Amino acid sequence: MSQQLMNLVEKPYLKASPPEFHVGDTVDVQCRIVEGEKERIQIFNGIVIAHQGRGINETFTVRRIVGNEGVERKYLVHSPGVVDIKVRRRGRVRRAKLYYLRQRIGKARKLRELRIHHKKAAEPAVLATSAV
Amino acid sequence: MIPALLGTKMGMTLILGEQGVAETVTVVRAGPCVVLQVKNKESDGYDSVQLGFRDVKPHRSTKAMIGHAAKAGTGPKGAVREVRLDAPATVAVGDVVTVDVFAGDAAKYVDVVGTTKGKGFQGVMKRHGFGGMPGSHGTERKHRSPGGIGASAPRGTGRSVKKGKRMAGHMGQIRCTTSALKLLKIDAENHLLLIRGSVPGPVGALLLVRRSKKRG
Repeated sequence: MSQQLMNLVEKPYLKASPPEFHVGDTVDVQCRIVEGEKERIQIFNGIVIAHQGRGINETFTVRRIVGNEGVERKYLVHSPGVVDIKVRRRGRVRRAKLYYLRQRIGKARKLRELRIHHKKAAEPAVLATSAV
Repeated sequence: MIPALLGTKMGMTLILGEQGVAETVTVVRAGPCVVLQVKNKESDGYDSVQLGFRDVKPHRSTKAMIGHAAKAGTGPKGAVREVRLDAPATVAVGDVVTVDVFAGDAAKYVDVVGTTKGKGFQGVMKRHGFGGMPGSHGTERKHRSPGGIGASAPRGTGRSVKKGKRMAGHMGQIRCTTSALKLLKIDAENHLLLIRGSVPGPVGALLLVRRSKKRG
């Protein structure tokens, strides 16, 4: 009963239709930025290298290279600050966590693109789905 | 109104503000509590109310408790606590108290009293935050020891360790009050209080939530 009550508390803060993405995807995260009175959308583009947690604690980590320096940002999936997530490119990955990308330099950072030829093979095992 | 309520810790979670600011909250299921007894200055020397919380089966209770609860027109309660009041109580025996006592401006901040998690027998580093001994420079098998505990022969007192000297021993499972925690939300329908921050004890622990003594 305890868990049911906790779910009840969390429910109003969860998004009705959480954005869909997978680890390895190159995404545009649309973040809401509030500067004083004004509000605008900033886009953070990068590769999803981790996706963890359940319920309101569900988070994902996006990594990108800014001026030869790796930048990682971690977001709460259900945060109102995350307006939307646009998947630009799907990556073919065999891990749930892509922390090995931190050690890669230059071209080795690139992930093979996941191309879906057949509708039936839309969810192959190689796609390390950590999406809930 | 009684500025306090008994409750059960249900767990911790996040709630998100409109700008995406996350607040860590503890969910407490508080009340409904039954007033089992009202004490007053004339007969008892002070003002207070006795609250009963959590029903128990009569065969697990005592005849004394069953009789005491029957006076308030209810079954025996598993948790009975007394709450001191500044002024004579405005409630009567048998009244039911719910989270509404905290509604509106009644309590923006609360104190939560509970029993901390037991940690067992712990050394001085964990229990009292001692620094321990150096990792090297000749230290042998004493890296987490407390060091000296006093001179061997203090003048006039003989060979003894001062009372209250902080040493290793049992840690946790003691009464603890976390004070001035912000009350973020009240769910009257499900008897829930969302309190910012953490409160003592494990999930399922009995808590006393009262209007903060330090902060209104």
